Amino acid sequence: MNLRYSWPPSAWGKALRERAGATAPQASEIARTGAPRVSVRTAATLGRSGRWWNAPWFDTIQFLVLCGALLGLIVSGAMSMGYSWQWYRVPQFVFRVVDGELIWGPLAAGLAVTLEITACSVVLALAIGLVTAFLRLSDSLAGRAVSRVYLEAVRNTPLLIQMYLFYFVLGPIIGLDRFWVGVSCLAVFEGAFACEVIRAGILSVPRGQGEAGDSIGLGRAQVYRHVILPQAVPLMLPPLTGLMVSLIKNSAIVSVIAVLDLTTAGRDIVAETFMSFEIWMTVAAIYLGITVPLSVFMSYVERRVRTCD
Amino acid sequence: MSPRKGSQGRAKVVVEFEGVNKWFGDFHVLKDINLRVRERDRVVICGPSGSGKSTLIRCINRLEEHQEGRIVVDGHEIGNDPKSVAAVRREVGMVFQQFNLFPHLTVLENCMLGPTKVRGLSKAEARDRAMQYLARVRIPEQADKYPGQLSGGQQQRVAIARSLCMQPRIMLFDEPTSALDPEMIKEVLDVMADLAQSGMTMLVVTHEMGFARTVADEMVFMDEGSIVESAPPERFFTNPENDRSKLFLSQILSH
Repeated sequence: MNLRYSWPPSAWGKALRERAGATAPQASEIARTGAPRVSVRTAATLGRSGRWWNAPWFDTIQFLVLCGALLGLIVSGAMSMGYSWQWYRVPQFVFRVVDGELIWGPLAAGLAVTLEITACSVVLALAIGLVTAFLRLSDSLAGRAVSRVYLEAVRNTPLLIQMYLFYFVLGPIIGLDRFWVGVSCLAVFEGAFACEVIRAGILSVPRGQGEAGDSIGLGRAQVYRHVILPQAVPLMLPPLTGLMVSLIKNSAIVSVIAVLDLTTAGRDIVAETFMSFEIWMTVAAIYLGITVPLSVFMSYVERRVRTCD
Repeated sequence: MSPRKGSQGRAKVVVEFEGVNKWFGDFHVLKDINLRVRERDRVVICGPSGSGKSTLIRCINRLEEHQEGRIVVDGHEIGNDPKSVAAVRREVGMVFQQFNLFPHLTVLENCMLGPTKVRGLSKAEARDRAMQYLARVRIPEQADKYPGQLSGGQQQRVAIARSLCMQPRIMLFDEPTSALDPEMIKEVLDVMADLAQSGMTMLVVTHEMGFARTVADEMVFMDEGSIVESAPPERFFTNPENDRSKLFLSQILSH
């Protein structure tokens, strides 16, 4: 579950920080790395070794050249295969304005379904994760076995196969419609990761805390409610945000069972218009538009948590 | 600890160990422990590290489970019955080596948690009680701070106040000064001596022999999981019977 984005890219970040005059590293950064990495005097003009090729302006140029090269590669490739770009046709699939009235296009509708699926499965995944985490931490042998089997089964089979199993086997048996098949499959899949996050969070609270709670007479549930969870939840928040990001991305897989989410909408439009370059780029950009802010929020929360203790 | 015949006419037994054995895996931590503590007794348990002192007192409020024998605390037999364990924990306070204050709560909230959630006191009652005990450990002015803002000695005194807020009948101290800087040890020991003066039943695991000498009315010396010797302090310090206790005393009193 490696979901860390670095935004803005390190070169930008460095340049931006320096332009803002923030040459001294932040307290949280010192806490994280142990020592400031860039000496204050040289940081404003040159990089950490003081050479011009480590300077921020050169770093930025390198980054821009790389971006330009990539873009050029795509454009020249498309030109050589005679692809006709039709970007002007893309916005209507997101929204149109007819007689001053806003009409959402299929991509926007798909995005709404994607968000709906994500929201439902996040709640379910957290519930599943919480229950299985407590089962794994419990004294009950059967409880530990159940959660262990669940974890291994979910983590060691492809998500696509799980989706087929839910759709073709579980769906008809329980009588779920395709939306809820998608939601429950994603929830079961991500619940396994939520379980590990929650378990790790609880275990990271020192044992003495629970013992102190026991010794003043609190019951099991009270110890968790008043002592352990208030300390564990802040630690869980960053990885749980990451889990949400991965859920948004993994929700694209519901397109194989024809739920009309963002990916399905994109596929349908491509089938009709053959604008595969523009539409898939747009779809990817929309996913990025949701996940990147979440990731930024995640790193913000992470920093807050680190400076608290 | 004293033979049964002496029991009539004296205060009632509040903690009793009878043939208690405990293993950590293959390691035999407690070997056939027999111990009786009466109301208002102040028992100091000492011995080399790894001798099972901490494990012994942690068995009293079931932070550790024993596998053989009987432990009766305040009329409740400690066993698998969660109700009797809960009853015992309400009446037995514990102070840990690492303080174990709740870092997300203020000093005052630390002291109020037990009384409100376990004893069912109102917030106002719990606050009054907390302030009363914080005053008793001489730290009322720190009530609104978080544990992380206090020194080790202050934290340990708050931990004592937190236990006292439950108004326990027995207090357990598990090496309360071992994690403290030397200049903070005294403030904690003073508070404990006060408590002893007030008639609290106390079981203290400590290496502070000066404290033991003045406060204890029974010394228990443990080695390799057994109680090797138990005697009143004057006899224990001046004329220990057991060779192992002699060696231990010579080692820790030589400086």
